[in-house]
Amino acid sequence: MENIITIENLVFQYLRDEDGDTVQALKGVNLEIKKGSFTAIIGKNGSGKSTLAKNLNGLLLPTEGVVYVNGYDTKDYDHVWDIRQTAGMVFQNPDNQLVSAIVEDDVAFGPENLGIEPEEIRRRVNKALKDVNMGQFKKKAPHFLSGGQKQRVAIAGVVAMKPECIIFDEPTAMLDPKGRKEIMAIIDELHSEGITVILITHFMEEAVRADRVIIMHEGHVLLDGEPENVFEEEELIRSVNLDVPLMVQIGAKLRAKGINVPLNIITEEEMVDFICQYK
Amino acid sequence: MSIQVKNLKHIYEKGMPTEQIALDNISFDIKDGELVGIIGHTGSGKSTLLQHLNGLLKADEGNIIIGDIDITKPGVSMVQIRKRIGLVFQYPEYQLFEETVAKDVAFGPKNLGLSEKEIDERVREAIDLVGLDFEEIGERSPFELSGGQKRRVAIAGVVAMRPEVLILDEPTAGLDPKAHKDVLKMVRDVHEKTGNITILVSHNMADIANLSDKVIVIDSGKLVTLGTPKEVFSKKEVLRGVGLELPPITAFTEELRERGLQISDTILDVDEAVTEISKYLAKEE
Repeated sequence: MENIITIENLVFQYLRDEDGDTVQALKGVNLEIKKGSFTAIIGKNGSGKSTLAKNLNGLLLPTEGVVYVNGYDTKDYDHVWDIRQTAGMVFQNPDNQLVSAIVEDDVAFGPENLGIEPEEIRRRVNKALKDVNMGQFKKKAPHFLSGGQKQRVAIAGVVAMKPECIIFDEPTAMLDPKGRKEIMAIIDELHSEGITVILITHFMEEAVRADRVIIMHEGHVLLDGEPENVFEEEELIRSVNLDVPLMVQIGAKLRAKGINVPLNIITEEEMVDFICQYK
Repeated sequence: MSIQVKNLKHIYEKGMPTEQIALDNISFDIKDGELVGIIGHTGSGKSTLLQHLNGLLKADEGNIIIGDIDITKPGVSMVQIRKRIGLVFQYPEYQLFEETVAKDVAFGPKNLGLSEKEIDERVREAIDLVGLDFEEIGERSPFELSGGQKRRVAIAGVVAMRPEVLILDEPTAGLDPKAHKDVLKMVRDVHEKTGNITILVSHNMADIANLSDKVIVIDSGKLVTLGTPKEVFSKKEVLRGVGLELPPITAFTEELRERGLQISDTILDVDEAVTEISKYLAKEE
């Protein structure tokens, strides 16, 4: 599979205060993201994960190193729209992302700015709203919607730009459990349609759904691999103040009691099947 | 000190075509020193209920008796009520505004008209209670702190009022796992050290199950059920009916039971689950 994003020795530095003190949020990150993959990035606050996300579509530009999106260097200003159209972003707070007074206008905002024909815009808006199950709300005002519904509108706004890759920066952090479920179902759906998904999250149960998990710590990549391999490193993960998924905890505790639970069991479904085979 | 809520009713936009019953015939008691969890999905009426408890909203019917005062009676001093009942809103760190942590926490006590000495004492006590170090952060700007620290400073501002009832609306929302744990520990510590009534609203069922003495379930403005975490979370169908889930560990063990595993019902604790499962597997082998 070819790479949609390539990151080479990415260093990102920002000013801490007026005295010119600087902080390195990213200290030399190398990553390749394959087309069509689903990557979860976890790390505690301040680990650099959101800074990394914002470097992926040119919202922030590297202090050192290079980020390529679909072959374009994010520093190449002539291609900034190609880059942003390739890699769309959904942020944490749905209230900060909606710009219009009517749902369908909001979703049309992106494609309008790409200079797309009105009929094509209409088609895309309808399709995007249908994709996120918000078709029946298209004439409504966003402020009458719940947090989860607003977040779905924000996702539709990105989907309408037909990006190849969507970066979700803690999209469920401010939602209730129902809203969280809806958003995760939509993310799974978009991924199955071939969109490359990068999901930044604090919720381990969301991370196990990805096919690759990256753990960031103090501006570095601490762990990177398939979820079952990454979560085997329970002690290391805990040492940087993160949790492991519930089933990984249970697996470890059962192993400590002499029950041979395979290390690759990380979801509830797998654990239930494993235990029930002894019935 | 105890709280009694009797047949509480609240109607939004009463008399308008858009009128809506937000709370309908809600009754419950909270005993002195209890930690009570309130759950319900978004829009269920939880926040409306909280706002009644410290007099921000007025009941249309029913009574709220706090200690020996019925706060729904005319002429009750709301200032007195709000001194005794501290309400911490969602994302309280957005309400930080002072130059230093110490000044921010002092804002409430200052408005109580206390002496400088008493204010200083309370500020130090509150910062200590929320698990922060006064010497280290007292003179720093609250805006330089991490997300979890900011939230604890904001909560300290309410704790410094020495409320007899502390109400926290989603105190862990949006925090990373470490900060989440710190804030939960803080809630427990403050509750244990002050012996006050603590009311906790959360969408996190595991936190509610672990912390609460009593759980109240609200849906569409009505009280659905109430009891110990064990009692409430044993009513799986009732909870699912109002759009709520079991704590993840309970959902897992209930799934095992549905598949025919003979283990105890309504397990709320990870270690208990592991013990039960390993006992069962040892028997089978």
